Amino acid sequence: MTVPTPVPPENARQDSLGETVENAIELKEVEGLSQGRIVLRRFLRHRGAMVASVFLLGIVLLATTSIGWGFIPGWWKYDHNALSQVTNPGGAPTMSISTGGVVFGEHPFGQDNIGRDVFARVMRGTQQSLTVMVIIGLLATAIGIVMGALAGFLRGHVDNILMRFTDMIITIPVIMIGAILGAWVGRAGPVTLALALSLVTWTSMARLVRGEFLSLREREFVDAARVAGASNARIMFRHMLPNAVGVIIVNTTLLMAAAILLETALSYLGFGIRFPDVSLGNLISDYQTAFNTRPWLFWWPGLFIVSIALCVNFIGDGLRDAFDPRQRRIPSQRSMDKAAERAAKRAHEAKTAAPAAAGTGS
Amino acid sequence: MATSVTGTTDEQAVSAVPVSPTPPTRRLRASGPMLAFLGRRLLSSAVVLIGATFIVYMLLAYALDPLEDLYASSAPNKEQLIEARIRALDLDTPPPGRWVKWIAGVGGCVVGRCDLGESWVTHESVIDMLGSAIPSTVQLIAASTFLAIGLGIVVGIASALRQYTGFDYTVTFMSFVLYSLPSFWVAVLLKLWGAIGFNDFLRDPTLSIPAIAGLALLGGVIWQALIAGDLRRRVTTFAVATVATGLALWGMSATGWLLDPQLGIVGVAVLGFAAAFAVTALAAGLRNRRALYTALTITVIGIALYYPLQWPFVGATTLLIAGLAVTAVIAGMVVGWLYGGPDRAISMRVGAITAVAVGAFIYIDRVMAVWDIYSGSSRIAGRPIATIGSQTPGLAGNDYWVRTLDTYTHLVLPTVALILISFASYTRYSRASLLEVMNQDYIRTARAKGLPERIVTVRHAFRNALIPLATIVPLDIAALFGGAIITERIFAWSGMGTLFLSSLAARDADPVMGYFIVVGAMLVLANIVVDFVYAALDPRIRVNA
Repeated sequence: MTVPTPVPPENARQDSLGETVENAIELKEVEGLSQGRIVLRRFLRHRGAMVASVFLLGIVLLATTSIGWGFIPGWWKYDHNALSQVTNPGGAPTMSISTGGVVFGEHPFGQDNIGRDVFARVMRGTQQSLTVMVIIGLLATAIGIVMGALAGFLRGHVDNILMRFTDMIITIPVIMIGAILGAWVGRAGPVTLALALSLVTWTSMARLVRGEFLSLREREFVDAARVAGASNARIMFRHMLPNAVGVIIVNTTLLMAAAILLETALSYLGFGIRFPDVSLGNLISDYQTAFNTRPWLFWWPGLFIVSIALCVNFIGDGLRDAFDPRQRRIPSQRSMDKAAERAAKRAHEAKTAAPAAAGTGS
Repeated sequence: MATSVTGTTDEQAVSAVPVSPTPPTRRLRASGPMLAFLGRRLLSSAVVLIGATFIVYMLLAYALDPLEDLYASSAPNKEQLIEARIRALDLDTPPPGRWVKWIAGVGGCVVGRCDLGESWVTHESVIDMLGSAIPSTVQLIAASTFLAIGLGIVVGIASALRQYTGFDYTVTFMSFVLYSLPSFWVAVLLKLWGAIGFNDFLRDPTLSIPAIAGLALLGGVIWQALIAGDLRRRVTTFAVATVATGLALWGMSATGWLLDPQLGIVGVAVLGFAAAFAVTALAAGLRNRRALYTALTITVIGIALYYPLQWPFVGATTLLIAGLAVTAVIAGMVVGWLYGGPDRAISMRVGAITAVAVGAFIYIDRVMAVWDIYSGSSRIAGRPIATIGSQTPGLAGNDYWVRTLDTYTHLVLPTVALILISFASYTRYSRASLLEVMNQDYIRTARAKGLPERIVTVRHAFRNALIPLATIVPLDIAALFGGAIITERIFAWSGMGTLFLSSLAARDADPVMGYFIVVGAMLVLANIVVDFVYAALDPRIRVNA
């Protein structure tokens, strides 16, 4: 189906050379490697995704180690609700960057109007938002896989009933059902909220997995497994699921990016994580009135939301490229020309350098 | 899904009939299977919608406790109050029973006796609440939706045509960033930083020389990336664009244009001729002389009418403006028709589009003319960009133009916030879609038979690239009615979103259900529309019962 970009006539001479270069790249890429290795290699080569992974890992480490998580003690001296002496006038951030390097000071992100440390609060909010994001990502994926796999594999009445149920949930806007659920269980803490939200965010995953399973079940290896006496459950989860893992992982990252935006939005509206607990969304909601007097209260939580969502989106993009060879980037005409030029130059150099080397050598 | 619309990529690939660039008008014939399909689709949608209302009703019944405030109250007659409210809200009936009563009331809509219940807090009927909320929401979201679709498609197409260039990478990265922005953060930022900053700036709207230079360079970089080409062309574009942007900004700053903006007849003329050439170049090609003359003629007519039009504008109404717009379209088509030639349709189209553009410039000029009056009025006091509500309360005067301008200044911020958020997805959709179409065989055929690149792009590729978009747009228009819950909250706009949020916070279930029935019904209808639109646009897809 895919047609290479048409080559203008003047480049036709270089075309055969360009094609060999391209083929060589492609062959070398997959030489003697398992599917998993190929995917990993493509992912590691995706610059945006790698930068995003490192960045996200940094955020996660910072958030979990700084103020401690659960029973793990943290290295940061303030707690997210503890009051402390106001250092700078108005609680302005003590962090500054000058020629002498970065100075963190007592309260690097500043303090709020009653003297709470903003760094500790933002870290706490990041922890909570990440927790919700991960739980929604995993649980909604699991529910979506089960629903989609059953519908796609069993077809018939099961498919009909499950998909009509999915349609019902899809008809309800996510932010609306999220707000209703948040109004109900939001007070009970982030984990409960995340569990509740996973119950309504699995729908796209279910549709996707169903589509995948509908086409996979017609393949020969499914027949082979059945002839070998495998049960339905085994065929579904041992044989077919690994073949659908690419789409599932990619969609999980998209789901997580949507989840963190949903959670922060609900917390902002007052239906998510609530006082006395802290989330990035309710920090923004609490501090928006102080925007003109204490802008740092508003910038930091927003920056963390954007960074997390952006990183997750980039990782998803990298995974999509890694899993789907059809999405493989065809090198642009310009870079192909350059590569061909380089190859020609190298050939030329080798030709001219060879006699010289032969002369000086040995 | 009972259609072959979803999941048929394989069949499509096999039976891919090249779509002819100018297909004969296709209509969906109201044949037997078609009606049967429509009937089945409506029925199953109704079942889904009713099921969804049941889910929401049950959730609301358990999530919201209307007695909460009474349990906490210290009134001496607490027991009686609780008793009275239980009776009033029929809380002794279990929730499924209440849902049956509620859905029966909704079912009354079919025979013309709607009963969506009433708010127990304000005792206002839900139908009245929806009646005032829906127009306000549509007003807020319509403009931003259409602007986002238009801008998104244009940017996406430009990015696809310049695939793997700096411009493409920038657009892709920006769309990622916009995707990841929380809408509430953007809106609060626009309101507290953008609007207030701009209003402060308007007190003394002069740009410093470094600011002008910086913006001019930025403009130059954007233009050269957009036009691309070899180094020489890029440098020329960069120089011209930088100088032009710099001069325009300097002129605006030096003459205080922002304090009293106007186009004048000269501005309208310049923009009008530019539009005439641009529309012709895109839709017909400048070599099509008849189309070009049509566009130029209609522009001249528009400019000639500039002064005469100021008379009817004095007592303008919305109806008059709408009438003038229709007249402009008709005039454009008539001029195109009069130029004749073998391909009248193209000239007529060019004429109509140009006429609307010139008319829009005249309209904008007239709205700008009241800027001074508006901005200087006591209620506004030089801070025109509003951050709250949909109109300035007690604005003096009842002039159509002042009211229009007031509406626009209130719409500006929420519209920008909504565009920033939704525009990214359209960019990505249209980019992906155009790239896929550009790789099809029939595009190569079109190029091979010697068609100019403009025709290949606009007629063969662009039209077919829009087909997948046609399946998203109806859903987004349906989502319009749900309002932008967060944006409405931040800008204190009293639409559907606010209705939902305030009812939920007041533990008032019936308005929330009313909100949902509107949103859900629109969504379900839009899904049916999508199926038919797809079948009508793409001959490879058939609706089968």
